Amino acid sequence: MSRQSLREAHQKIQELSWEPTFATPAKKYGTDYKFSKAGKKDPLKQMLRSYFPMEEEKDNRVYGAQDGAIRGNMFRQVQERWMEWQKLFLSIIPFPEISAARAMPLLFSTVPNQELHNGQAIQMIDEVRHSTIQQNLKRLYMNNYIDPAGFNSSLRNFHNDYCGTIGRQFGEGFITGDALTAASIYLTIVAETAFTNTLFVAMPAEAAANGDVLLPTVFHSVQSDESRHISNGYATLLMALQDEDNRELLERDLRYAFWNNHAVVDAAIGTFIEYGTKDRRKDRESYAEMWRRWIYDDYYRSYLMPLEKYGLTVPHEEVEEAWNRIWNKGYVHEVAQFFATGWLVNYWRIDPMTDEDFEWFEYKYPGWYAKYGEWWENYNRLATPNGHHPIAVEAALGNIDYQYPHRCWTCMVPCLIRQDTVHDKVDGQWRTYCSETCHWTDKYAFRPNYNGRETPNMGQLSGHREWETLYHNWELSDIVVDMGIVRDDGKTLTPQPHLDLDADKMWTVDHLRGLPFPSPNVSLNEMSDEEREEHMALYKQGGPGGRHAAAAAG
Amino acid sequence: MTTLEPTPAPQQRSVPKLSFTDAEAGAKTFPGSESRFFEYYKPKGRKRTHYEDVTIDVQPDPRHYLSQGWLYSFADGQAGYPLEWTVLKAWGEDTNTPPKRYAASGGQATADKVGWPATGWHEFRDPNEEWEQTIYRYNANVVRQMTQNIDNARETKAFAQWNPSWVRFVERHASAWMHPEHGLGLYVFVDANRAAPTNMHNNAISVNGMHRIRFAQDIAMYNMTLANEIEGFDGTAHREAWYQDPVWQGVREVAEHLTAISDWAEEVFCTNIVFEPLVGELFRTQLVMHSAPGNGDYVTPTVFSAGEYDYAQRDLRYTRAMFSLLTEDKEFAEHNKSIMQGWLSTWVPRCLDAARQLQPLWSQPEAKPPRFEDSLDAVKERFAGICRDLNLQPSKELGQ
Repeated sequence: MSRQSLREAHQKIQELSWEPTFATPAKKYGTDYKFSKAGKKDPLKQMLRSYFPMEEEKDNRVYGAQDGAIRGNMFRQVQERWMEWQKLFLSIIPFPEISAARAMPLLFSTVPNQELHNGQAIQMIDEVRHSTIQQNLKRLYMNNYIDPAGFNSSLRNFHNDYCGTIGRQFGEGFITGDALTAASIYLTIVAETAFTNTLFVAMPAEAAANGDVLLPTVFHSVQSDESRHISNGYATLLMALQDEDNRELLERDLRYAFWNNHAVVDAAIGTFIEYGTKDRRKDRESYAEMWRRWIYDDYYRSYLMPLEKYGLTVPHEEVEEAWNRIWNKGYVHEVAQFFATGWLVNYWRIDPMTDEDFEWFEYKYPGWYAKYGEWWENYNRLATPNGHHPIAVEAALGNIDYQYPHRCWTCMVPCLIRQDTVHDKVDGQWRTYCSETCHWTDKYAFRPNYNGRETPNMGQLSGHREWETLYHNWELSDIVVDMGIVRDDGKTLTPQPHLDLDADKMWTVDHLRGLPFPSPNVSLNEMSDEEREEHMALYKQGGPGGRHAAAAAG
Repeated sequence: MTTLEPTPAPQQRSVPKLSFTDAEAGAKTFPGSESRFFEYYKPKGRKRTHYEDVTIDVQPDPRHYLSQGWLYSFADGQAGYPLEWTVLKAWGEDTNTPPKRYAASGGQATADKVGWPATGWHEFRDPNEEWEQTIYRYNANVVRQMTQNIDNARETKAFAQWNPSWVRFVERHASAWMHPEHGLGLYVFVDANRAAPTNMHNNAISVNGMHRIRFAQDIAMYNMTLANEIEGFDGTAHREAWYQDPVWQGVREVAEHLTAISDWAEEVFCTNIVFEPLVGELFRTQLVMHSAPGNGDYVTPTVFSAGEYDYAQRDLRYTRAMFSLLTEDKEFAEHNKSIMQGWLSTWVPRCLDAARQLQPLWSQPEAKPPRFEDSLDAVKERFAGICRDLNLQPSKELGQ
């Protein structure tokens, strides 16, 4: 089709909609934003006559590549260290994808622009594509990779494991609450425009370096759709900016959404890229370098900051502090250490770091070894069962210097940068937060009024947000059975703190008997005021690398 | 005199090292090495299907594994995919309530205790087994074939064979059908894909939405081609007809009321079980496709039959499966049938009224289609058959 006829064709499909006079579509979802009818044009200009064949062609390439990878025995050269983390990643990601599909109707109810609804409908079916193509990739991994355990249980364990909720808010955040906050600002303006770059571009590159050519095949195909979705978000944002009353809400939502995306996505993807790789070339980009390029330069400087010409203040402090956390406060390293500490309640295996890894980390993040090196050496030493306990229990017994962290009530990543921890009694409960912004999100942003204005459509944070609460003082052996992370022999754990598949090197339920597991939040709420303040003061003095305050001081 | 710059030394390329890890399936035997299936759900049949593998449990459920519950709520406290978003009910939804979770309660996943599924809602499987590959293969084939048909008609001057009254009919009335397809696609089906309680429901509904939006665009593109090919063809007449022509106001009124329904199951039921056979098939098959050949037009039926196939062979198929589970539900069959009968009582008269307002169109083509009353009888019979399949009684409303 020529450009001229494309324009005519797109103009033609604008004739499809009409202004109803007998009844108007049900208004199922609400927003506190205000929109005038003067709207933006559909930025996608995508017609289904060309869309379906285009996607079919993209699919053919993906499935052709999958056939080729299987015939070429790709799994003889994939790194197990990498593949194990895919058990987590590919259990998380189909959910946000399908949630993005489900999010589109929220905008039908609230953004009065039928042209934009066309683009949102196409985004919906794109997202169905993404969710199922990613599930299919996981299925392929399960069928062809040496260790299917964890892939085969992924959608049970993702919904109940100790870091699943961290990933799940990057999905639930799209579909619930104020329609604009969820489906536009959190989903398209921040998640898709900023963080899909690290998810779907940076991560596949690392996969390829670890012998996996299929993650890039699938996710680059996905990303070529995401770039269209960004236009949907931008058009809605420009509409919102036309009403001055929306600015305060936009600023609230950009602040919340950027910080939450940072907390969640950087925790997960940062860990995959830095701790899931065997590629230790000194000239390959670290996650921090990628973040600086994709998020700081491409998104913050080129996309967010120009919005200020519309009178909006973008969340400078959050962006700078996110960078500060990644570069100076060891955010990704603290998270990876936490995941590895809790290896026994995950559903994948976590490979210990080696001398080569240490050297790379020290090169890329000077000072890394002093903070984390000893802990990883202990992790390696305690990897196979030999009369000792898992590292988390050894730490609880005082044999390893690591204080099991409090969870952040808002982002659910623990409060790992101990000095930034905030504690407060909110809704009658003592809660801990990883940062001032997460504290603000719970206490002030997700409330029915904000800065003195009514915000009756704003959502609420809900659920059992600290996983550890559910298993307070349970024995670890009972926890893993309850979670279903036991292999088909009925005793060997799905997770392991190493990659050795010899049965006598693998941990079993029996190794975990008699080991209780207390919830930090339950314990915090059981303390007297004095005990709690003393406990939190010491907690905030701890770190880096999870060290207790006394050791940090010493 | 020029001085040659020394050629810079080629930059050392850095590439990852290839290493052979022997990490393929079967390389070693160990606990769990043979468990190569998604063990968290029970298949409907003896074998797990590809469709089930890529669909089930992607949308979680607190009655099953979602031990920490939904992390965000709406302002009114509802979260996730509330069952209350339809008045229909499926077995287990009152008794298999989400387990109470609290400090030290454990996850209480129900799969091992009361068996999966947690409620009757989870039994639904889309008989079309729609997932990514089926969606794009099917729709790409449709648009390719349709484009070829129209291109061929243009090349062979097929539109010149149309009699003048048929040209007027297509520009004004056949083309007006793009509007209900589009409106219902967006504001019934795409809209409802947020609301149903399982991923199986919502994926099927979303695909239905795209069928309709595609078909609406197919008609629009066809209309644009005709405006370029047929002298005097008014490419905008369909809008005026849709907005103003009395014959279309009944259809427009019903379509708009369908989009105003807030219960997702009612939206889908009333559109696919009532509106489509009584109004959609009446217009598309009984009028447009039956009239066209006699008026020298062999092209329009190929465009319309694509949309008809979407509905008759795919969208109605999943709709029957979805609602027959509910009318045969072991706990709530009577409750559901009673509600659906109520919907029929409301929507059948509305749709029949809209259908009757279309009646003048039967006399417009020069070569006449079968009589309107015969056409209406045919779709009533078709509708009655669909109702009987669902164990519903259509007769009272059809007599009106």
